[in-house]
Parts: sequence; C-alpha cells; structure tokens
Amino acid sequence: MSGRFVRLAEMDRKPLTFLVDGAPVDALEGDTLMVAILTSSRRLRDSEFGDGARSGFCLMAACQDCWVWTSDGDKLRACSTFARAGLEISRRAPEATWPNLP
Amino acid sequence: MAEPSIIVVGAGPAGFRAAQTLADAGLRPIVMDEARRAGGQIYRRQPEGFTRSHQDLYGTEANRARSVHDGFDALLPHIDYRSDTLVWHLSDGQAWTLGPDGHRSTPYDALLLCTGATDRVMPVKGWHHAGTYSLGAAQIALKAQACAIGSRVVFLGSGPLLYLVAAQYAKAGANVAAVLDTSPFSARIAALPNLLCQPAVLWNGIALTRDIKKAGIPVLYGVTPVEVVGNPETGVGSLRFRASDGTEQDIDCDAIGMGHHLRPEAQLADLARCDFAFEALTRQWLPVQDSDGRSSVDGVYLAGDGARISGARSAEVSGRLAALAVLKDLGFPVDSADLTHLRSAKARYGRFARGLAQAFPWPSEQAKALPDETIVCRCEAVTAGTLRETVREAGAREANRAKALSRVGMGRCQGRYCGLAAAEIIAAEAGVPLESVGRLRNAAPVKPIAIGTARTSGE
Ligand code: FES
Repeated sequence: MSGRFVRLAEMDRKPLTFLVDGAPVDALEGDTLMVAILTSSRRLRDSEFGDGARSGFCLMAACQDCWVWTSDGDKLRACSTFARAGLEISRRAPEATWPNLP
Repeated sequence: MAEPSIIVVGAGPAGFRAAQTLADAGLRPIVMDEARRAGGQIYRRQPEGFTRSHQDLYGTEANRARSVHDGFDALLPHIDYRSDTLVWHLSDGQAWTLGPDGHRSTPYDALLLCTGATDRVMPVKGWHHAGTYSLGAAQIALKAQACAIGSRVVFLGSGPLLYLVAAQYAKAGANVAAVLDTSPFSARIAALPNLLCQPAVLWNGIALTRDIKKAGIPVLYGVTPVEVVGNPETGVGSLRFRASDGTEQDIDCDAIGMGHHLRPEAQLADLARCDFAFEALTRQWLPVQDSDGRSSVDGVYLAGDGARISGARSAEVSGRLAALAVLKDLGFPVDSADLTHLRSAKARYGRFARGLAQAFPWPSEQAKALPDETIVCRCEAVTAGTLRETVREAGAREANRAKALSRVGMGRCQGRYCGLAAAEIIAAEAGVPLESVGRLRNAAPVKPIAIGTARTSGE
C-alpha cells in the first residue's frame, strides 16, 4: 500500500518492526510512530466526529491530532513518540472500561 | 540570601541565551523544555543516528544553529536541565510540571518564559482532510525525519516560513507543485523601508524565492484559497484557488503545507496573569512587556517568539536581554553598555518584524468569506456556520462566550489553530471590531497531561 509521507534521505538506519492494529509495520530506528505509519498508509486515525481520516497537523506536539494508543491503553502522540520494535499500537481509542456498577 | 530559584521555560534560541547569561553571572538556572533535545523548533535537532550536516539542515543559518546546539551542550554542567518536561500550570509562585520523573512542582523567584511560537493558520474549506499540515509540520517532517509530507505538495499561505520550507523541500528533492502566497506582491514593496533595516536577512529571503523559481516551481502572489478538495477516506486531492486575475484554478496534490506566519505560544504568560494588549498590525493579543522583556507581573519575564514574533536571531538577543533584566532586578551588577547594545538590536529586529507583518498580512477578510459549511475547529468539527449562528442567536459577541456555546477552542488543540480565525468570524458576524471580541483565555493544563504518561518518547 502506498503511503502519505515520502522518505528523501537517511534511509540507512536500522530497520525495525512493530504492530499497528495487529498488522506489522516496517520502520527505521529514529522514526516517529507517525512517520512509520504514514510512510506505509494514508491515514493515522479517524476523526471522532465522522468527518473522515486524519493524519496529524502540526508535528510539534501542539495540536493533538495524532493520538494513538498502546495495548495497555496509554495515549501517545504519534508525532513525538519514537517507534520501537515490538510496540503494539492501536489507532482506535480503547473502549472506556468502567467498573461494573452494582 | 540563598541562591534565587530561576526557571527558564524553553530551550530554543531565546531560552538558551537567557540560561547562558544567567550562568555567566554565576547562577544555576533551571531550564525546562518540552522537547527531548534542546534547540527549539527552528533549530530543531534530528534524532541520534541521522547523519545530515548542519549545512543540509539549516542552510544559511547553519552556523547559528551550531552555536546554539554546541553552546547549549557546553552549558549543561552549569544548569539544571529538565528535558521532556511540560510546564502545564503556573500558580502560587510554582511551576507545575510533568516530566520523566512524573509530576512535580518547583517554586521560582524569577520565571523567564521563552515558549516559542506555532503556526498561525487561516482555515480553508476542506482543511480537515488528511494530508493538510501546518508549514511548521512540513518543515519538521523534513528536518527531523528526512521526509516530505506528500508526493506532490502545495505550500499555501504567507510569511517567511512559506518560502523557507518550499526552498528546503525543493533542495531535498521533494516534489513541490506550487507556492501560493495570499499576500499581494505590492505589500512587500510597501514594507521595504522596514525590511531594509536587516539587509542580510532580507537578502536571504529574496535568494530563497529565486531558488524556488529556479527549481521550476510556480510562485503565485495575491492568491485566494477556495477549497481543499478531498475525500474523507483518501484525504487531500487538489487545491482550488482564485488567482490574482480572478480565474479559478485547481492544482492536483496529495499534501498541503499551510500557514500565515506565526503566533506566540503565550498560554503560560496568561496563566501567570500577565496583561495582554491588542496589536492592530498583527490582529493579535500579545503579552505586555517593557523594552527588556519584563511582563506586567513582578518576577515574570518574556523573550523570543513567545512574546513577539521576531525570529530566531532576535530571540537570541531578547533572551539575553530578559536575563539581564532578571539579574538587575535581583540586585546583580549589570553592564549598562550591554543593555544599551541589546536594546538597540532588539528594536532593530522589532522593526524588521513589523516589516514582515506588513509584507505578509494576516488575511482576515478570508475568515469573513468562509462558507458556512467550512470546519473551522478541526478538533471538534465546529463549522463557520455554527459560530455565526451562535453570534446571531445567543448574542455571543465575546470569544469566551462563543467558545462555551459552540465549543470552538475547547478541543484537543485548545484553540491554538482555530482561535484567531474564530475571533475574526465572530467579529465579522457581530459587526464589531476584532479587539472588542476579546481573546480566548487559557486554562490549565496548557496541554492535555494524560498524554504520554507511559513516557515512551525518547527511549
Ligand atoms: S501532529 Fe500535532 S500533536 Fe502530533
């Protein structure tokens, strides 16, 4: 699948693989999650308001348009978090897990 | 007296020079920076393991970038440097932070805010489509990650960054479809008297435009954007605009980098209860400061683009000057020749900045003309029509009331990217001057702090 971002240089870095929604994504050491995801895909997440795909906006940790989640439910900014081998990322917010009320 | 606690927020050119000046005086300032590596945005460093040279990354500013980076590294033994640390609130003389070691609060006697800037953006119909980025984002993708934001990129807006980023993309081998400037060329001529006070910087700007044209990239002035034509699934497909001769045109592209110069990140100054004043030239509310960077609040000082958009060179000067103001107010001896020299340099940069604001005006009339269905707030999908309705029906002629009623400025970015345009829309609909709409107040936390508690960044 063709991606959104285009690599122009620095391609000799060590490759690594992590999971996005259960599927492996190839990245290079030093890639942010955003770059790793968007060099192979055209969307980072879906707007929760139904207006379509989103792929971040500011890349400087200011707009928060790039949230993704770890398998533990931690929220990360894809533009300011580095990809690491073995990371498991979900593009969708985990379901709110409220304790069962009696 | 015990050594005073001085906090510098930000490790860009202003924060670096401020910290260096304080350390030179024998003090040990605390430098808190949100980024993992010092340098700020314009001199942002690439991650370890990347090999491009300073010349590749920063062009004509390579030597300045290197002196900021090397200078900061040399300063490390003399400062308490806290990277990866977000200052999310200021209250009771304390800075509340979230960093690698969790939540902390640190009391201060003096606080130097060197918080930098973000892109000032005028929405365009369809700018919510994936593939639309700020100009700053386009530059970071290249500088920090060696990527272009798309395989066919249009740069839209105005300001020095428009040309800088386009030229950097062309040089790096990216495919740039066009540079579309919303400002008319005549504005640049009118701004010349002010711009000529920094001939070297002006010349760099002219050279950038020449490089872009030499690369065969069309550069159009006086453009009015009409629509980012796209698809909710696949994102940006083309940009529709009106050229200066009135003809409507479409340019195919899969990415757009847009912005209209910059806006100060002044949230912390607001939380510190600094006074703000409306500046008619840039149509923005800015924190009030004296010639040296003292805010209206005792013990709070301002420097760099976080106070006034004047660029990285100016930030080095205003950072030093604000640090001298701190030293003076704390009773340390300060060389008055230094003060005079820095004040006149800062004034010169200020004049140049006014020239840039004249040359690349904020296109406020575009806000008025936005079709009702345009999403103005990308975070909460609030449209121009909803904002106008709020004004008509609820009489919400004040930004914070309209914010409460429409939720504009209450989403993820907290109004950073829509606030200025929303205020223009409200003012136009209410038929009142922009300054009477007031400004969006900032609330703590200045950024969502549930983010990144896992702190995986930078490991
Ligand atoms: S893209 Fe704006 S915060 Fe990540």
